[in-house]
Amino acid sequence: MADIAIRAVRKSYGKTPALHGVDLFFASGEFVVILGPSGCGKSTLLRMIAGLEDITGGEIAIDGRVVNRLEPRERGCAMVFQNYALYPHMSVAGNIGYALKVSGVPKAERERRIAETAKIVGLQDYLARRPAALSGGQRQRVAMARAIIREPKVFLFDEPLSNLDAKLRISMRAEIRKLHQRLSATSVFVTHDQVEAMTLADRLVVMNRGHVEQVGRPLEIYHRPASTFVASFIGAPAMNLVRSRVEVESAGIRFGGAMVAIDPAFAAKLRGQDVTVGIRPEHCCLAAPGDGGVEARVDFIEELGVGRVAYCEVDGLPFAISLDDHTVVAAGDSLFLTLPSEHLHFFDIESGRRIETDAAAPVAAPAASQHSEQTMGVH
Amino acid sequence: MEKRAVFKSWWLPIVFALPQLLLILCFFYWPVAAVVNWAFTLEPPFGGPAEFVGFANFQEAFADPFYWNSVVVSLIFAIVGPLFAISIGLVLAIAVDRQLPGSGFFRFLYILPYAIAGPAAGMAFRFILSPERGLAASLNAMWPDIWNPAKYGEHALALVIIIFIWKWSGYTFIFLLAGLQSVPRALGEAAAMDGAGPFRRAIDVQVPLLAPTLFFLLVTMMTEGFVGADTFGIVHAVTEGGPNHGTEVMVYRIVDEAFKGLNYSGASAQSIILIGLIMIFTFIQFRFVEKRVHYK
Ligand SMILES: Nc1ncnc2c1ncn2[C@@H]1O[C@H](COP(=O)(O)OP(=O)(O)OP(=O)(O)O)[C@@H](O)[C@H]1O
Ligand SMILES: [Mg+2]
Repeated sequence: MADIAIRAVRKSYGKTPALHGVDLFFASGEFVVILGPSGCGKSTLLRMIAGLEDITGGEIAIDGRVVNRLEPRERGCAMVFQNYALYPHMSVAGNIGYALKVSGVPKAERERRIAETAKIVGLQDYLARRPAALSGGQRQRVAMARAIIREPKVFLFDEPLSNLDAKLRISMRAEIRKLHQRLSATSVFVTHDQVEAMTLADRLVVMNRGHVEQVGRPLEIYHRPASTFVASFIGAPAMNLVRSRVEVESAGIRFGGAMVAIDPAFAAKLRGQDVTVGIRPEHCCLAAPGDGGVEARVDFIEELGVGRVAYCEVDGLPFAISLDDHTVVAAGDSLFLTLPSEHLHFFDIESGRRIETDAAAPVAAPAASQHSEQTMGVH
Repeated sequence: MEKRAVFKSWWLPIVFALPQLLLILCFFYWPVAAVVNWAFTLEPPFGGPAEFVGFANFQEAFADPFYWNSVVVSLIFAIVGPLFAISIGLVLAIAVDRQLPGSGFFRFLYILPYAIAGPAAGMAFRFILSPERGLAASLNAMWPDIWNPAKYGEHALALVIIIFIWKWSGYTFIFLLAGLQSVPRALGEAAAMDGAGPFRRAIDVQVPLLAPTLFFLLVTMMTEGFVGADTFGIVHAVTEGGPNHGTEVMVYRIVDEAFKGLNYSGASAQSIILIGLIMIFTFIQFRFVEKRVHYK
């Protein structure tokens, strides 16, 4: 059990910066997921916590102790690598027990703990095999077991599930979750898969281009994205973002040949200003034609099995709408939408940062706020 | 289907291959045939066709204590030299592979000796390690005759082996560095996370994964030690087999017998024995060492 404090941490490779001042605090026992597109610096951050990468600036403290200058082995972290990085010349038992061997645990004790750990991940029948003779999922378990056996204070995962097929990924996801409940070590999990992130995280860190965009509980981030980047990155299909002007006389925004009403007080605050307006595809409601709804022309339909997504065009811009099973539409049809004002998001057109409305009231549970306080965001 | 160029006529490909075939014929098959021929015959001293003598040339070689001396010298040379050349190359490669500041420069530096011809290196070391100059001279002043390759066969043998090691460490270094760079970096990182320091990582992860490269080097280096041009060149340039046959490796003795003693038949017989010896060695290595090498 240990907390991790990341203070103004920067990283450059030569002259190219990869991280621009990251401030984060992971509480003891928390399961934190770092989410972001490829190349945003997730792995870099994780590897700096592990001690595999030098810290260019700022400091990282684990359990209150600054670890900048400590070797990986002195930090008490265990890591699961994306490609597992199993020792190909050792058996499964050898792989799992290597850390114990290095630290000089006697053979009998080592074997007992290997057997114990192998049982947790369901590998007891494979101990004598070489990694080459295992399936992808089994290799993944070996990598997990290798991390578990050390009873680390901190678990670090670098996209450990990305090489597995979809079904296995879901079951491993559940197992990782269960394992965390059982061991309750602080866990930092890096992924670019938002479903993985939403399902695993106690708290989610969204990164983009070496910056932290937002930190919060998954639902809080889903309901109140702090920027257009987060808004379009979280949720599938992505949130629709359109540029519009807030008209104060009618307390609304003009969109798709219709007037979408917004909270009058809010409209007064932003009067005449251009903003980016966002609405999630699943929050658009269908209206009867002639009710003054926004008109959307359907370009194509994506069937999901449960429901479908209509990719439409509004004012010449792409706009996605989630439909339920019963709504049958075809390409070329026109749909009429009402956009509930409580589901509208507003972002500054320049910075892309969220503009708070009272209408879009916080959905997050009160317990979340305790964590959010510790969030310092970007510097 | 990939496209292939097909020759319509039968003679054109042969014409293309001819220069290479001629070279192989002149410098490989013909000498081999000649050696086999000489090994089993004797030239009559006053001319006339060569006489078939069966295994007499071999028996003569085996009966000569100096021949057995050269076998022992060669074995020492071809075992000690390669083992040190590989170990030193390995240590240097692991050091350079860590990519600490300046490793690019050292990589260049360590490869250099390989670019120097054996005899030239031999001449240089004859001066560097001569008993009456430099460090060796001061040592000799303190302990007389602690280092004198001109006088002691063991010292001379050590000298030629050192030169061999100096030159061939660069060669093993290149191969081992290439081998190390193909070991996934994540493995070293995983071992670091598991608590292993640099030394432990080298022993537990890097060296086992280098086994195929090490095995390859063991075979080529030992062959080089037995029959390599450098083995002959170094001995020839530095000690000429002396003192008192102390550095007379098999190749040197063969060349000496053939071209100084003009005993083609004896030299040929010894060549064939040497080839046989290398085959046995290689067989042993493949049989017993290769089994322990992991390719995966
Ligand atoms: N060794 C390196 N030398 C130079 N630049 C690097 C190095 N490693 C990473 N980078 C750069 O740093 C940035 C962040 O890399 P990082 O590996 O952390 O991305 P990531 O978020 O983990 O992406 P992915 O999801 O693809 O793994 C990238 O732009 C990358 O090009
Ligand atoms: Mg990565």
